[in-house]
Amino acid sequence: MTDQRIERVSLPKPRYEFGADDYVFVELDQAMSFDANFQAMAVTQQIRERDPPGLIEICPANASYMIHFDPDEIGPRALVEELKEIAAATDLSEYQWETRVVDFPVLYDDEWTRETLMRFRDNHQDPDSTDLEYSARINGFDGVESFIEAHAGAPHMVTMVGFVPGLPWCFQMVPRDRQIEVPKYVQPRTDTPARAVGFGGAFTAIYPVQGAGGYQLYGRTPLEVLDVEQRLPDFRDSMVFPNPGDVLQFRRIDRDEYDAIREEVEAGTYEYRIEEVEFSPERFFEDPTGYNERLTEVLYA
Amino acid sequence: MISVEKPGVLTTVQDVGRDGHYHIGMPPSGAMDQYAHAAANYLVGNDADAATLEMTYQGCDLRFGEDAVVALAGADMTPTLNDEPIPTWEAVAVEAGDELSLQYATDGARTYLAVAGGVDVEPLMGSRSTYTLIGLGGHEGRPLQAGDELSIGDPPGRSADLVGSRVDDEHVPEYADKSAIRIVLGLCDYRLTEESKAELCKAEWTVTPEADRVGYRLDGPDLDFVPREQPFGAGTDPSNVVDLGYPVGSIQVPQQPIVLMRDAVTGGGYATVGTVVSADRGLLAQRRTHQTVTFEDVSLEDALDARTRNEAALEAIRSSLE
Repeated sequence: MTDQRIERVSLPKPRYEFGADDYVFVELDQAMSFDANFQAMAVTQQIRERDPPGLIEICPANASYMIHFDPDEIGPRALVEELKEIAAATDLSEYQWETRVVDFPVLYDDEWTRETLMRFRDNHQDPDSTDLEYSARINGFDGVESFIEAHAGAPHMVTMVGFVPGLPWCFQMVPRDRQIEVPKYVQPRTDTPARAVGFGGAFTAIYPVQGAGGYQLYGRTPLEVLDVEQRLPDFRDSMVFPNPGDVLQFRRIDRDEYDAIREEVEAGTYEYRIEEVEFSPERFFEDPTGYNERLTEVLYA
Repeated sequence: MISVEKPGVLTTVQDVGRDGHYHIGMPPSGAMDQYAHAAANYLVGNDADAATLEMTYQGCDLRFGEDAVVALAGADMTPTLNDEPIPTWEAVAVEAGDELSLQYATDGARTYLAVAGGVDVEPLMGSRSTYTLIGLGGHEGRPLQAGDELSIGDPPGRSADLVGSRVDDEHVPEYADKSAIRIVLGLCDYRLTEESKAELCKAEWTVTPEADRVGYRLDGPDLDFVPREQPFGAGTDPSNVVDLGYPVGSIQVPQQPIVLMRDAVTGGGYATVGTVVSADRGLLAQRRTHQTVTFEDVSLEDALDARTRNEAALEAIRSSLE
């Protein structure tokens, strides 16, 4: 079915911008697309492998990337030349990478995010609906149930990590006409529960800690994305769980399962359900539905 | 050992910062004014990367449990040792039992206390800096409280000889708010109209009470965005872009500008329109709430030149103390 392909986007010429004397910001596109994101991931991975002198931070983002460098070791203009060279040598069609497919249980329409969103109704576009009702309506769903089914019905790729440690931006792995898109709150909330699952623009975000936020609130996961003490087995190597390129399968759970998982997480014994796979952008673009099904099969086999 | 008797408004352990983790959302933290931090360290014979105490707006009262060589650099907080005034930007000997007291800042916002040997907290991910948002690093991941006790590292052998040494006046910065903070326009500045870009560099901005280690929120004239149909994934507000990385020092414009500082949020969906040059980030960190900030747009070459001059000044301080 050709209409079920991911439509390829030919990216404009990248914009190389100087963040004063010690940052370079590279905008691959103003709009979000898998092409832009995979290019950001591929180029930053090549930069890591080449490891030019003087690089301090290499940060892939949704449709851009950023380098922090020491200009005493590499001049900004020389660095941009090197980045252009690396980009020219990076061919997405030959590209694939090791990634993880992860089961991510979510209690949709939970009591905690519902309490929070009701408290901030005055900050919202539609004070008379819940965030789920509003998002379902403006995306053309006939109700909250079918909206949740769509959100949990296909996996999401982590396309960026940041804002605060551990917060993943996730882009659903479906063709553009099936992408959910919602505005952020008119006025950001001053409060969001930790582990809230929110949506803004075209991205799902998971809030690592309690705090301010402007995304529409859909539910809460019992899993951590940040474990500063590194008590959980899956945080042995890093206090942050998500990595760009991870595939998260949001799975709708009920309150009993939420509580049971939460108990294990709090005891420090819960092990995330993870499968390692080789991700091929080409094959995903060609047949996303089939490709996603295979990823899901690997995970739940 | 140093005992905290009064913690001041916000005192944290900081150093040159925790690099290499920005891509997972972890900002560098570290001293907001790296120049004053380094100068204080050099005065007591430390390397620049030793941990100091960063005091904000109002300094703390400390009791020393051992003899030590210390130096204060940065904002003037009228320091006294056992009620006798002591100079800043100068190495001072303290004895076991002495009390060091600081008051409100009269010039600048942040003062650094270096002690020979450095503040000896356990390094975490390569740094002793405190990142309070998630309670990481420094002393128990939080600002100091009364009753806290801090260990001092082994002092360098020559630190006793440095007592009485001071930073040359020509290398002591002025924190008055008359001087412009230099920026390089760029990043996503195409979102602002030409008039608003000019306005950003012309207006007098006021530092709001929401100015902290994460960012400095400024207040001034409204800025206008170039009208457009928002690109897919950006969100509906004209200030929204598809979420991207924010440089430390970058200026974002949710409407009124915010300049990101050392505990920056590492990325997000507001248009960034320029970046404070590295040499001036510490000077901005010395501005207090209600003071003014003006920006001067400079070229990349000017930004590099400012960095070189800043490094040369620090090197002059370091070599004068050899």
